[in-house]
Amino acid sequence: MMNLFVLQLLNGVQLGVLLFLIAAGLTLVFGIMDVINLAHGVLYMVGAYLIATFAAATGSFWWGLLLTLPAAVVVGLVVEFVVMRRLYARSHLDQVLATFGLVMIANEAVKMIWGTSPLSVPMPEIFSGSVPLMGPLKYPVYRIVIIAAGLAVALGLFVMVNYTRVGMLLRAGATNRDTVSALGVDINRLFAIVFTLGAVLACLAGAMVAPILSVDTGMGESVLILTFVVVVIGGIGSIKGAFLGALLVATVDTIGGVFGPIWLRSFLDPSAAGQMGRVLAPMLVYILMAVILFAKPAGLFGRRA
Amino acid sequence: MTELTATATPANRPALSGRVKAALVLFVLFALMPPVASALDDPFYVLIGTRIIAYAIAAMALDLILGYGAMVSFGHAAYLGFGTYAVAILSRHGINDLFLQIVFAMGISAVFAFVTGAISLRTRGVYFIMITLAFGQMAFFFFISLSAYGGDDGVALAQRSTVLGMDLLETNFGLYYVSLALLIGLFFLCHRIVGSRFGRVLTGVRENPTRMEAIGFSPFRYQLTAFIISGCITGVAGVILANQAQFVSPAFMSWHKSGELIVMVVLGGVGTLAGPIAGAVAALMLEEWLGHFSDNWKLYFGIFLVLMVLFSPHGITGVLRKMGLVRGQE
Amino acid sequence: MTSLTVTGLNKSFGALKVTDDVSLSVEPGEFHAIIGPNGAGKTTLISQLSGQLRSDSGAVRLGDHDVSRLSMPERVRLGLARSFQITSVLPGFTALENVALAVQARDGSSYRFFGRVSDESPLNGEAMTALREAGLDRRAHVLAKSLSHGEHRRLELAIALATRPKVLLLDEPLAGVGGEDAEAFIENLRKLKGRFTMVLIEHDMDAVFALADRVSVLVYGRIIATGAPEEIRNDPEVRAAYLGEEEGEAA
Repeated sequence: MMNLFVLQLLNGVQLGVLLFLIAAGLTLVFGIMDVINLAHGVLYMVGAYLIATFAAATGSFWWGLLLTLPAAVVVGLVVEFVVMRRLYARSHLDQVLATFGLVMIANEAVKMIWGTSPLSVPMPEIFSGSVPLMGPLKYPVYRIVIIAAGLAVALGLFVMVNYTRVGMLLRAGATNRDTVSALGVDINRLFAIVFTLGAVLACLAGAMVAPILSVDTGMGESVLILTFVVVVIGGIGSIKGAFLGALLVATVDTIGGVFGPIWLRSFLDPSAAGQMGRVLAPMLVYILMAVILFAKPAGLFGRRA
Repeated sequence: MTELTATATPANRPALSGRVKAALVLFVLFALMPPVASALDDPFYVLIGTRIIAYAIAAMALDLILGYGAMVSFGHAAYLGFGTYAVAILSRHGINDLFLQIVFAMGISAVFAFVTGAISLRTRGVYFIMITLAFGQMAFFFFISLSAYGGDDGVALAQRSTVLGMDLLETNFGLYYVSLALLIGLFFLCHRIVGSRFGRVLTGVRENPTRMEAIGFSPFRYQLTAFIISGCITGVAGVILANQAQFVSPAFMSWHKSGELIVMVVLGGVGTLAGPIAGAVAALMLEEWLGHFSDNWKLYFGIFLVLMVLFSPHGITGVLRKMGLVRGQE
Repeated sequence: MTSLTVTGLNKSFGALKVTDDVSLSVEPGEFHAIIGPNGAGKTTLISQLSGQLRSDSGAVRLGDHDVSRLSMPERVRLGLARSFQITSVLPGFTALENVALAVQARDGSSYRFFGRVSDESPLNGEAMTALREAGLDRRAHVLAKSLSHGEHRRLELAIALATRPKVLLLDEPLAGVGGEDAEAFIENLRKLKGRFTMVLIEHDMDAVFALADRVSVLVYGRIIATGAPEEIRNDPEVRAAYLGEEEGEAA
């Protein structure tokens, strides 16, 4: 029981780290530009497809990753320049429509380019084993690497946001956009940087997770909604909120899915508990969101409702 | 959410009678469609027509809150789903009466709209959009894991609903005209609501919530009431959709469906009621038409959407306004 | 007639104390003006009185009711109405509809879903009366966003009147209105005098000294003097803190 709990906790943290990578960009885009971007999940999917392609072409995960990152920068810049840039001054409704259109375009384009059958990405050789945790319990090295890499990126972001000039502008922008323009900063360039940074982080998440998931067209969708939940819980524009929100959502999702039914069994008969558990488990994160929003409509670290 | 003020039209203008005329023209065209289709020996269109009517009802219901209340709900497909499952659940228990099913669908919709609306409406703008989307997804996952009704795969319906014990809906024609009657009835219901005391408060909150508070209105309760009404009407659309497809699955409530509903509203004209009916016709015909050319019709639909938004300074409504199809202020 | 009693009202934004222990007693039927230099916290005070802004501490009483903890809509329903310094109307509604909505707010239910509200003649009749009192009846059917600035100020007043206030808070009703327009407006306000209690915030000294029964002077969130217009005009402290400054600016 304890072993299962530790295992699920680690899985939760691993999912949380990925969610954070995606949510970090999204929350900045929402917070600083006040733009709703439904196509953010698409970038995560594109990251996975890019590494699948590059890894297959070069025969190496590492070369694949190395090529994916600059490609992600290009994708981010192009999407920003062609579409997003024209949406900043628009109503939220226009933003919803245009980025919804982008989702449709990207999903179909991926199907046309790579086909409908899922792709797989080979695990890098040195991380393919497992390490013993406690007792008979083992945990895959690669998942630990994902956690470590994610935490490293989180730390880097934290340093950047709190100790650099760009970070200062980001924080100022999330609180009050007019201040930033008043400082004489080229707001278009700042937006392009923020959007591209978010795109790269989302692509990186997709690339990192590709070896342990099957890469298919639906993968951006489920993650998108979970990321929205993370951003809303954490408070729009808050990196710290995104980090805590991501870990919270991911652990509740994984641990609740396994232990919910077990807990229900303690006062329901097994078949009813099993059925109810299956129904309730996927709803847990949304119930969590509802509870948090009921107490704090602006999220845990949100400044504006 | 005052951003919609500029694009939506006021509720209480005499121009409304023009909109009623536009709606009446649409309804006449709807009524004439089946005889024409069968004359052309293509009765399949009657079934597609029923689907269009169902989505027209849903789009109109969404317009009630999006257009008149500036609430961009991205979870409205959930209510479509509640309507379809209301049919499936009652029919499993031997209740096939259309009116009972509609009442049940509205009941589920009202409860869900009350609870999620009460939470979502404490927020504004981007928050509201994301939270309604998330709650819609919650409903989606609930039905996916509801194995008693086929879970992910859904469940086929043994028969269509009955009307007062008569199997009026068994023929596609019967279903079509009953659905059309519901559309017409619900249109006039929405039309009356928009022009009523309640409608004026709703529109006032859209235009300037602070002013409304300063004359003694608490916006929240009116917005919530409108949110519930809209959800209930969308539930009715779901009941029609279940009968049309004779099949019920969570696919009806995916977030893509919510997005398509918004597209229909904007395509037809935000805050016009008759517009979204036309928008549903246009969007679904475009889908059918693009589907004839290519399996990847969604690609072209997506490109169409992006171009429409990018190259019209006031969004899609701006284009329509320029063409004189939508009245209203800049 | 209803009195308005304010005791020990405070409000801070961070370290900045915007309202500093304000106490004020407005008699039933009195026309009370609050004057003060820019940044004295006049609009903040009005927002606290109307319930738009929550006070840190202190009490606001409307007659015998303690309204300190009530929201703005609740206070309005008890008869405490306000107008806005920066015009805040419903731009897509006609002037008449703007006012009719205020009548509707206090008259009967707004949970009526079927009858056409534009056909309700009692509603429109009362709205027309309010428009007439504000001198805007001839523009009743014009969309609010098409009205001129002076007309907007009148619409603000008409809307506030239509709520049938017991105490009316006027936040610079003359802001940006000049010349003959201003004189006519002051005349409109004078006709309302005595019908209900009024608190006026105004920069226009002609208006203040023409209308007010008593004047309070607000400087840096504190009331430094209250008295009849003549007393205030001659109070050396007030002259130093405020009137002198105005003359200095003018020079």
